[in-house]
Amino acid sequence: MAVCIAVIAKENYPLYIRSVPTQGELKFHYTVHTSLDVVEEKISGVGKALADQRELYLGLLYPTEDYKVYGYVTNSKVKFVIVVDSSNTSLRDNEIRSMFRKLHNSFTDVMCNPFYNPGDPIQSKAFDSIVSTMMVQAF
Amino acid sequence: MESLTLSDVEQKYYSELFLFCDVDNTKKVASNGKVLDLFRAAQLSNEVVHQITELCGATRLGHFGRSQFYIALKLIALAQSGLPLRVESLNNVRDLPLPRFVMGKNEQEMRHAVMFADTENQGPYLPRPPGRVQAKKVSAHEMIQPCVPTVDPQPDTTSPVVSPHQSPPTSPHAWRKHKRQASGGNVDRQPSVPGVVWPPFREAQPGPVTGDGLWSAHSPPPVQESWVSFTDTPPSCTLPMHPPSAQQLQQENSNGGLLLLTQPESTTVRTVPSSMTTNEIQRQTSGYDDPWKITDEQRQYYINQFKTIQADLTGFIPGSAAKEFFTKSKLPILELSHIWELSDFDKDGALTLDEFCAAFHLVVARKNGYDLPEKLPESLMPKLIDLDDSAGVPEPDPEVGFSASPVEVTPNKSPSMPSLNQNWPELNQSNEQWETFSERSSSSQTLTQFDSNIAPADPDTAIVHPVPIRMTPSKIHMQEMELKRTGSDHTHPTSPLMAKPPELSEETKLAAAIKFPGTTVGDGYSSSDSFTSDQEPISSAVNRQRSHSGTSPEGLKVVAPPPPPPRIITSHSRSSSLDMNRNFAAVPAGPQQPGVVAFPPAVPPRPLPTQTSVPHGHRSVEGDGLPSHPSTSPQQMPEQPNFADFSQFQVFAVDQPADDGEKPSDSGQAERSAETTGTMRTAKNEVQAEERNANSVNSAKVSTPLAPPPKPVRRRLKSEDELRPDVEDLPQKSTVIATVLATQPSIPRSIGKDKKAIQASIRRNKETNTVLARLNSELQQQLKDLLEERISLEVQLEQLRPFSHL
Repeated sequence: MAVCIAVIAKENYPLYIRSVPTQGELKFHYTVHTSLDVVEEKISGVGKALADQRELYLGLLYPTEDYKVYGYVTNSKVKFVIVVDSSNTSLRDNEIRSMFRKLHNSFTDVMCNPFYNPGDPIQSKAFDSIVSTMMVQAF
Repeated sequence: MESLTLSDVEQKYYSELFLFCDVDNTKKVASNGKVLDLFRAAQLSNEVVHQITELCGATRLGHFGRSQFYIALKLIALAQSGLPLRVESLNNVRDLPLPRFVMGKNEQEMRHAVMFADTENQGPYLPRPPGRVQAKKVSAHEMIQPCVPTVDPQPDTTSPVVSPHQSPPTSPHAWRKHKRQASGGNVDRQPSVPGVVWPPFREAQPGPVTGDGLWSAHSPPPVQESWVSFTDTPPSCTLPMHPPSAQQLQQENSNGGLLLLTQPESTTVRTVPSSMTTNEIQRQTSGYDDPWKITDEQRQYYINQFKTIQADLTGFIPGSAAKEFFTKSKLPILELSHIWELSDFDKDGALTLDEFCAAFHLVVARKNGYDLPEKLPESLMPKLIDLDDSAGVPEPDPEVGFSASPVEVTPNKSPSMPSLNQNWPELNQSNEQWETFSERSSSSQTLTQFDSNIAPADPDTAIVHPVPIRMTPSKIHMQEMELKRTGSDHTHPTSPLMAKPPELSEETKLAAAIKFPGTTVGDGYSSSDSFTSDQEPISSAVNRQRSHSGTSPEGLKVVAPPPPPPRIITSHSRSSSLDMNRNFAAVPAGPQQPGVVAFPPAVPPRPLPTQTSVPHGHRSVEGDGLPSHPSTSPQQMPEQPNFADFSQFQVFAVDQPADDGEKPSDSGQAERSAETTGTMRTAKNEVQAEERNANSVNSAKVSTPLAPPPKPVRRRLKSEDELRPDVEDLPQKSTVIATVLATQPSIPRSIGKDKKAIQASIRRNKETNTVLARLNSELQQQLKDLLEERISLEVQLEQLRPFSHL
């Protein structure tokens, strides 16, 4: 359902970014980049008990007329951003959450791989396939 | 002699042969004897051999130098292919098959060589009958035996290392075709017929051997190299050697093992394990229907390697150790990463023995030029996950992974294909299971869910704060239980209580709601259905501390914690009264829970003798209004005979709080109280009477301590009254409570009639409890209704309000 899925590292550089309509990639890249500000704002709000109280799922970060941007942040400050098309029947919150869950799972698997250096771009095929399933659904 | 240009294949092959003949290990000259033997093994007539010898210039030199040797070999190839022996043709002939030598070390080899020779053809694949394969296997084993020892003493001769590549199951030609490719399978090999059919270290392949062709796409040197690397030998030194060793590998000299053994390049230390490994690889490569199957030797080797890293075979190899180990294989990190993803089945970052074997196997395959599958082949799946049974026969899926099913494999593969992109059926099932497996094991999901669950989104949940109505905890509980039941028994002790509220609130939904427990009782109650539903959530909510993500406020409001354990009220009426005090004190503490107010249903407050102020409506009932009540109560007395029993207590209870003052009570309350169930009034009358009987002083006393508690309750009631017209019950209930409260303390005072008084007080307290419980439930239902209304309003608002965002 997503048109763009991005994984951003703690230092706010992208580890993985992929969008479905490949022609509009730059626009999505920009959107993801701007949404990072919103993410930062949300996660910096909690002063006490940082990770405990902060929910991983950030919800709708930023709606525009064309699409909506959802965010999710892990405890290690790795951010997942999903951009969905607004014309899609608005996805329920639970569906977005499940998408993030799957992303988080496959990201964890990538991290577990000893051959993966944290900070490298994610080149795992398994991760790609998971992302594809989430994005192919849209069409 | 003209210069000889050899293709890579030829170069390799020839160098191998040269090494083979280089018995003296001179690396320059091939011993004549060996060379001649070799030539003879080419199955050429002696004349031809002589001719070749002459042509290559050996006769001139008297010995076979490398160049001569090579030339000779090429000539042999020419001769074997039927071309005239001409020096000029050495470089002109293209696609010259490699010279075949049918030399055997031993009889068996010869036999096999012969067999191979017979079956040899230019085709890349030779379907070998199983029998032959078996024989070959035997010979292979035998051959391997001698090979192994030779390997040790002569690092150069690493036939075992070579053998794996050489033993493509399908046919020697097959793997011949696949000259060593360092990576990525090279497809087109010259269709040369391997001169010597390397008795494949084949495993018996029942099925078509073509599948083995897969293995053909590997280059021995890399494998050797890989093996070398695994054995911690500097790979670099082997690099230059590759081509020649490769050639040797390619050369399926009948000496087979010996030839392969001669690998000058293999300066790398070939430890026994490595040789064993190669042997295993050979066997593995040979004859597979399933190229991914791990042979026993391979597995044994893997296990040995596993032990070097982790002594305990049932233990895990941590990711870091595995990384180091596999990095030695010199595969690119990306591929190693992919291999890891495939082989780490449980995604735990560590490799079990099975996972390690699978990973090792994949590395070997990759080294040999096989492409990595997209999904883990079935045969490599760890035994832990019993997917083989369920996976069944995967369907052929082009460009998908490699399959384990030989049947599938065969048709998909073209015989000559060393191609790595085989159409291996995909193990969808296994993968899905695998994925679900991993998903299940993921913790992030639970984390997220925890987060969402923990967040008490709905402020109403705070309302859930239990207001311990200790007076009738058991009764409340019973009430709840009854609520669950559609039809409650009147026999239930709380039934009277249940009956009460309905009677009290005739018109109020609350009454209807409360009807649950009193469904049997309440007949004329409207909206019972809605309340029945409400009751459910009420009861369920009561049982649950946290209702949920704030979806239904109704549920929330009732999410009172389970009623506290029943207090023993019988012992001290005074204590019970104190409990009442505490209860009511607690009640104010939770002002948000109007529903928790467990005032007994409208019990007409009995005017306290001591208090005559505040003749408010029902509030006055409570204490100040007590005097007014009596006026009303008698009127309604006949209305609700059921309350007669409790009215006394209710009145008492009402009296007490009434004192405190429901002064701020609304006039409306008075009205309501007037309207409210007469039972309260009647009860109050009785209570009043009793109270009068009792020491008014007592009641006063009681009222004072009780005053504070009822106040907030009443206030709450007031709020509810504002919301609902039917809150009339509340004040009545409060009054009832007050009266009850009032009655209780009065009892112990009369020392004279201790026993009777105590018993009476006990009874009254119990009744009061039930009444209060009723009130509570009624109020809760009222609250629920209110919340329902609120929800509906909110929904309407949402619908009406234009979407502000997106």
